[in-house]
Amino acid sequence: MTTPDTTTRRRLLMALPLAGAGAVGVAFWKMLSGMEQGSFNPHDIHAPALNRPVPDFTTPDLAPGKGFGTADLRGLTQPIVLNFFASWCIPCLAEMPILMTLKEQIPLWGIAYKDKPEDAAGFLRHSGNPFSRLGLDQDGRVGIEWGISGVPETFLIGPGGVIRWHSAAPLGEDTIRDTLIPLARTLKTP
Amino acid sequence: MNWLRLACATALGFYLAVAPGLSFAVDDPSEMLPDPKAEARAEAIGAQLRCLVCQNESIEDSSAGLARDLRRVVREHVAKGENSQQIMDWMVSRYGNFIRLRPAFSFGTVLLWGMPVLAVLLGTGAAVLFYRRRASQPPPAPLTPEEEARLASLTARAPQDKGSADEHPADTGPADRDPTGKGENV
Repeated sequence: MTTPDTTTRRRLLMALPLAGAGAVGVAFWKMLSGMEQGSFNPHDIHAPALNRPVPDFTTPDLAPGKGFGTADLRGLTQPIVLNFFASWCIPCLAEMPILMTLKEQIPLWGIAYKDKPEDAAGFLRHSGNPFSRLGLDQDGRVGIEWGISGVPETFLIGPGGVIRWHSAAPLGEDTIRDTLIPLARTLKTP
Repeated sequence: MNWLRLACATALGFYLAVAPGLSFAVDDPSEMLPDPKAEARAEAIGAQLRCLVCQNESIEDSSAGLARDLRRVVREHVAKGENSQQIMDWMVSRYGNFIRLRPAFSFGTVLLWGMPVLAVLLGTGAAVLFYRRRASQPPPAPLTPEEEARLASLTARAPQDKGSADEHPADTGPADRDPTGKGENV
């Protein structure tokens, strides 16, 4: 009664859960190795802002810089980098030397997020000021308009005030060299 | 140590009884809206919004600074008389779908939402197929004279060969129990 055909089918059915578990295992392994290499980050908050015009906002001046708002960004003819920072943020402090070198390649505008004006000014005196325009977002409402979840966060704003790139992590030299600067070059209108 | 166990159990019971009420507690009562109905609505909306700092908590549960700011925003919008959908859309346009603790039903989430129904349908289908096929199978053919003789010799030998009979009680069961396993012994 037991033909070779039914035996094969039974063996295949028995292998089914094993194959399922194997597939799940491979998926987990791929996910974990992606997390290790940095190509997959489950905590990444994909700001929906990409390729959209900048949100409506204005920031008061933060000495020694001049504040800015939506109209200033919409009027841009060359790309700029917008950086949210705070004096209470250690990664921001660590990012400052990189921003000081980045300002030679592209204009940097800064917004001090949930910071007291005197603290932010002291921070920039201490670490150097890479920003050509400086705004203050004392209660964090501008940050919410931009969809940031912490500091530092960086946006690349193209001509006409369109958000072209976003990073929710401190900038690294690799990111600047391989992603930010090449992208900014393509946005420069001849 | 019984009293310790009792104390633990009492504490746990107390916590479980009280915790659901505490879970929607804002840090500072002055944050709350004066109108209890509006406050309840704001809490219901906030419970659906992910705190982006501590990502598995809602903004109502979290003590993070951003969560506090977002709670205030929700309450301002509620006070303005906006409905839940409008407030949700406001949040999603800034923070993306990730801010929803309950994913919206869309093309990308059809599989996610449909999975329970799909699983039940697939399981029922598989079960129906399995039982129908089993019911339509012809009854096993009667034993051939050789098989009868072999069976008789085996059952006659069994009482003397105690060990093996006890080890395999299933072998002495009804012959039609496993029709496909029968041929393997021949």
